[in-house]
Amino acid sequence: MAEMLYREALNRAIDECMAADENVVMLGEDVGLYGGSYRVSEGLVSKYGEARLIDTPIAELSIVGNAIGMAIGGLRPIAEIMTANFSLLAFDQIINHMSKYRYMSAGKLTLPMVVRFPQGVSKQLAAQHSESYEQMLSAVPGMHVFAAGDPNYAYHALKAAIMMDDPVLFIEHELLYNKKGEVDFDTPVDPFKARIVKEGENITIVSYLKMVDDVMAAVPQIEERLGKSCEVIDLQSLNPMDTETIKNSVEKTGRLVVVEEDHYTGGYGAQVISRVVEKFFYTLDAAPLRIAGKDVPIPYNRKLELASIPTPDSITEAIVAWGKNNGL
Amino acid sequence: MDKLTAEDIFYTMALGRRFEYAAKEHYMTGEISGFLHLDIGQEALSVAAMKAFDHGDVFTTYREHIMAIARGIEPKAVMAELFGKKTGVSEGRGGSMHLFDPSHFFYGGDAIVGGHLPNAVGCAYARKFQKSEHGVLAVFGDGATNGGAFFESLNIASAWKLPILFLCENNRYAIGTEITRVAPFLEQAKKAEPYMPTKEVDGNDAPAVYEAVKEAQDYIQKGHGPIFIEAFTYRWEGHSMSDPGTYRSQEEMEIWKRKDPIERMKKLLKERYIMSDAQIEALEKKADAAVEEAVQFAAQSPEPEVDELFDYVFAEEVRHG
Repeated sequence: MAEMLYREALNRAIDECMAADENVVMLGEDVGLYGGSYRVSEGLVSKYGEARLIDTPIAELSIVGNAIGMAIGGLRPIAEIMTANFSLLAFDQIINHMSKYRYMSAGKLTLPMVVRFPQGVSKQLAAQHSESYEQMLSAVPGMHVFAAGDPNYAYHALKAAIMMDDPVLFIEHELLYNKKGEVDFDTPVDPFKARIVKEGENITIVSYLKMVDDVMAAVPQIEERLGKSCEVIDLQSLNPMDTETIKNSVEKTGRLVVVEEDHYTGGYGAQVISRVVEKFFYTLDAAPLRIAGKDVPIPYNRKLELASIPTPDSITEAIVAWGKNNGL
Repeated sequence: MDKLTAEDIFYTMALGRRFEYAAKEHYMTGEISGFLHLDIGQEALSVAAMKAFDHGDVFTTYREHIMAIARGIEPKAVMAELFGKKTGVSEGRGGSMHLFDPSHFFYGGDAIVGGHLPNAVGCAYARKFQKSEHGVLAVFGDGATNGGAFFESLNIASAWKLPILFLCENNRYAIGTEITRVAPFLEQAKKAEPYMPTKEVDGNDAPAVYEAVKEAQDYIQKGHGPIFIEAFTYRWEGHSMSDPGTYRSQEEMEIWKRKDPIERMKKLLKERYIMSDAQIEALEKKADAAVEEAVQFAAQSPEPEVDELFDYVFAEEVRHG
């Protein structure tokens, strides 16, 4: 048990995997000598050398493509994409190659690899550095998609992802790198399971990545104004989705809210609600509420930027209004 | 090239051509479906390169039936894959364009033009990292040399001095577009010149391809970094079975048919290796029989079951952290 930053938890997970298996290598822009743009690989190059902390050119298609070849060749690569927006250049490799080789080869090729990428709205980075792609990536069969919302999951899930024989897309949020939290090294976490962040009786709020923190910041206000209690779930694994945990919670509360940062149209939260409505409709006492980012490119100006995504205040207002209209 | 190798290459070329004509025939009858890209006319290149490159991993394209067979994958397993059968090399999941067999170090069958090149480079990195004797052979057509993945791959392979042979099969046409209409010159090796040594070879001359690839394999194994070979050849058929080939003139096709790589190899076997017509005919008969057997096998094999739909999406044993 130790308190550490999210980025330190990721660093420790990589460090332990590299120490345990010399086939684990990491590649990406500035991951070696520089230590990673978000300091996730800081200090590792001096321990493991430049052949295992591989500085690549700015060529994302190749970062993921090379990692695929390394995995075919017997290594366990961790590819870092500096920012999710740049991953678009690598989508051919992610979607046409990484996620399909195992299936197309009837299991003859298996790719033990991880693609890590930071995403989300940080602070005034504007439209080309603020994107969220979990909705697109979770729609691709053939790879797991994890979303790390806290240091404990970051540590355990990244370790699990590196050791898994299947390709994993590991989503991190740029504003979480300096988040502090307890990491319990001795109690493994099932990376495919959602986490109940807070128990409650009347409203189930499902979220992931940084929005979990914003939901938690809003919950005291919501509970006070509605006089009801909220159960908060951090999904963690987006593909596969742990519908069991959501179902158990909604059976208890009868009400579902999903909070996500990506754009409303086509956002991942729509998939959460679709599954609940399709499969557990009669557990619901009210229509579900979806709180998502607006359908605009993310603006630079801070006031506009905050208006484009959910914040603790807007989450509170939306849930309170919805609650009052729905018998709470 | 010794006599046994020459015989083996001739046999595999003859087998390959018969295999492709059989595939064409069974496409016409509807037993083979989807996209089918035939390699007829390019057998010297496909076979000799695979036979020469015997110490390493091969990443290739969707026009790969003959290469897969030349690498050692059973013709039966390749034909059954074209038929979409469970006994196919990819158990009916891959089809014509996706043949994979790591036991023969054969990785595709990749159907995104140029998309496999970064994968080949990554594998070359793994081989260098492991201090392996293996190098990597990346095969691609002239159509792949205009995309970003190609240039990224040349750049990184060269910067990292990786053991990889880039083999460009220049058959002049990217689907229906002649290369000189979309690139400033015919010789695509020119694009690689700033990065690595390049060599041109007659792709219809099996011994020449064999020697060039052997030399290149030796070169990359010695740790000199990547090398590029461009082999000029011509495909007799359209890009795929859905391509009538109206963009090429009859005269042009006739000129290339007169350069038939199989007839050329046959002549060589007679003249240099003093083989009799009867000996050559015996090889051709053996090829006929192998293709007949492959078709029978494919036709009689079962299809995959629908309840196997989700097999192979993920590794069966997922270790949880």
